[in-house]
Amino acid sequence: MLSQIIAVTGVNIRSIRARLGSSSVAVVGIAGVVLVFVAVLSIAEGVAATMKASGDPNTVLVLRSGSDTEMTSGLGGDSVRVIQDAPGVARDSSGTPLTSPELFVVVDHPLKRSGSPANVPLRGITPEAFKVHDRVKIVQGRNLEFGKNEIIAGRAASHQFVGLEPGTTLKWGESTWTLVGIFEDGGSASESELWCDVKVLQPAYRRGNSYQSVYAKLAEPSAFQALKDSLTTNPQLQVTAMRSPDYYGTQTATLQMIVRTIGGIIAILMGVGAVFGAVITMYTAVASRTREIATLRALGFGSVPVVVSVLVEAALLSAVGGLLGGLAAWAAFDGYETATMNFQSFSQIAFAFRVTPALLATAMIYALVMGLFGGMLPAIRAARLPVVTALREL
Amino acid sequence: MKFFPIVWRNLLRRKFRTIFTIGAVFFAFMLFGVLMAIRSAFSMGVDMAGQSRLMVIDKVSIINPLPASYMNQIRMVPGVTDITFANWFGGYYQDVRNQFPTFATDPESWLRVYSKEFELPEDQKKAFIANRTGAVVGADTAKKYGFKVGQRVPINGTIYRRPDGGPWEFTIEGIYDSKIKGADKTNLLFNYQYLRETIPERSGFRDRYNWYVFTIANPDQAPEIAAKIDGIFANSPNETKTATEKQFVSDFSKQVGDIGKIMMWIVAMAMFTILLVAGNTMAQAVRERINELAVLKTLGFGNGRILRMVLMESVLIAAAGGIAGLVVSYAFITLAGDPTHGLLPAFFFPTPSLVIGVILVGVLGVASGFLPAWQASRLRIVDALRRN
Repeated sequence: MLSQIIAVTGVNIRSIRARLGSSSVAVVGIAGVVLVFVAVLSIAEGVAATMKASGDPNTVLVLRSGSDTEMTSGLGGDSVRVIQDAPGVARDSSGTPLTSPELFVVVDHPLKRSGSPANVPLRGITPEAFKVHDRVKIVQGRNLEFGKNEIIAGRAASHQFVGLEPGTTLKWGESTWTLVGIFEDGGSASESELWCDVKVLQPAYRRGNSYQSVYAKLAEPSAFQALKDSLTTNPQLQVTAMRSPDYYGTQTATLQMIVRTIGGIIAILMGVGAVFGAVITMYTAVASRTREIATLRALGFGSVPVVVSVLVEAALLSAVGGLLGGLAAWAAFDGYETATMNFQSFSQIAFAFRVTPALLATAMIYALVMGLFGGMLPAIRAARLPVVTALREL
Repeated sequence: MKFFPIVWRNLLRRKFRTIFTIGAVFFAFMLFGVLMAIRSAFSMGVDMAGQSRLMVIDKVSIINPLPASYMNQIRMVPGVTDITFANWFGGYYQDVRNQFPTFATDPESWLRVYSKEFELPEDQKKAFIANRTGAVVGADTAKKYGFKVGQRVPINGTIYRRPDGGPWEFTIEGIYDSKIKGADKTNLLFNYQYLRETIPERSGFRDRYNWYVFTIANPDQAPEIAAKIDGIFANSPNETKTATEKQFVSDFSKQVGDIGKIMMWIVAMAMFTILLVAGNTMAQAVRERINELAVLKTLGFGNGRILRMVLMESVLIAAAGGIAGLVVSYAFITLAGDPTHGLLPAFFFPTPSLVIGVILVGVLGVASGFLPAWQASRLRIVDALRRN
């Protein structure tokens, strides 16, 4: 039996070359579906990767209670001081708490890709910000000088928006700013932002001495609960505290839901459609060999080897298709940078499509399952055809 | 069509293949329906936005509210017929995850300006205008949270806070609906005066609105009127940006950006791939029978008649799968609506797109049948009979 399987399968595979036309249709069909599958999911992977890079489990974000984003939060200067003195907050060698009170606003600025205005996040920071966001480094130009109308731009923001290069002058309302440098932050969401001195930003936006969020470094990871309890039970404060990975998880919830819901619908419809496509292709392949298969059966080959050989052929074609589709998706989409609306904070967030090895592996499995499903019915049909009828078929 | 029975028998000859080909075409056109709905969803209803409605926001950012005094100055510009305003409230029900667009506005003028988008029975309209703590809510949101007319609902705000820290209590005075397809029926509207009394005067945010909306008599005058209004407020602490609502919606959809476009490309590619496979199979089915066609020619069938018979066969397959796919996706998308439950209110299958779908069905049928039929009609009978 095994030798029969090997023999028939060998004949099948070697004869693929003679049937290049219909085989390549199967390969192209499956490659197309895999390409699409990988492309849709790489969007979700890319957004997730940016959010993962943004969260630091040792950093806590404090917002006004009831606010779900920095955008809608608000904390007075006195609240900020209470938060800075809370237990569990890390301090540097001189005893200064490692906290960063920040102001988060958005400004209108044209996008490169469409020329139309979009909301850029503009974040006001204090010098301590660089101790809390310790991965930030200036990659072009220089850091901003506090007390001046100077701005540094995230790398992704400088790619997505018009004219965000060191040396440019930006004017929003009555205030004029000079962009002095570009920074990187390990691929996190802050790379989509502009940063400036909070003390300059506050009066420009009539915010007095108020902030929107406080980022605090934990003295140790386990100190989170104690810090959270002390802040939320303090009658002077009305705040909520969360670890920064949790915060960034919720920030793209809407975007992820849209991509995953629509991606899911597309993947299901497309998958079923592709199985139908694979069935008819394999069917045509088998039909064109009906006489050949009947001859084999007449020579004494059993029906199991025939079924197996057709399935192996289907698996092989779909594996080739899956590989081609996956590679094409990787070549076309991996690293493709774009930006979209972060619905929570109402501002632009940049990210890059990510075709990960895990995603490619899933796609290969998907391709094989499609191929096997598609090959199954024609294989059974081939094996069950009465030999005499089949020999007579054209 | 005298020879229809022959065409029909040919279709039934390999039932299995015919059924699966129709199935593949069916799913390809289901994808077409999704494609059209995505296109509509990501354009955020730009086709519905008014050309004769203009919006005014702060030039720097919509988050900077404009002084209330601008209202009368805008109203006095010649050509302006009506005006209303709104504040983004950021409302949620019970849990901050249950958010829906909530606006604080002037009920009377809002319902005048948006009479088509916010349709209310006359008595509910009167009740809403009369009750300072009243609210109207969209049919979709009302259904989601089970809100009924007359019910008192606590709504929290992510931006504004009451001095006591509690939620705002609203009485649902009406549930609005709209006959416009894809209209956003998730909003909650309430009276700005109820919000105003909780905003401390010294905060500098009292009597300031996020945006104004006004209507004009003649849409062609929109650019001049917009320029005039921006001119009035130039060099003030709050410079303005005025444009048609359509322009704002279009800019907003561009902020969402490539994602929608990329998804559309992807779906179009998937659809094309499946059609390629189905078309090839349909062509293959004809190619297999070339010597039969030669027999028909021997019997005296003309080239034109054979071409028509073959085309009819492929068009029938395309139509069976394609029309069914269009109808099912149209019905399903129309009934099920937005799959994200409120995030993409304009996710619907626009009726005009059905025409495009039907044209595609025709193209598929003709293209996949024409080439083999044409080849067959050019063959010399003797050669064709000898093939195989």
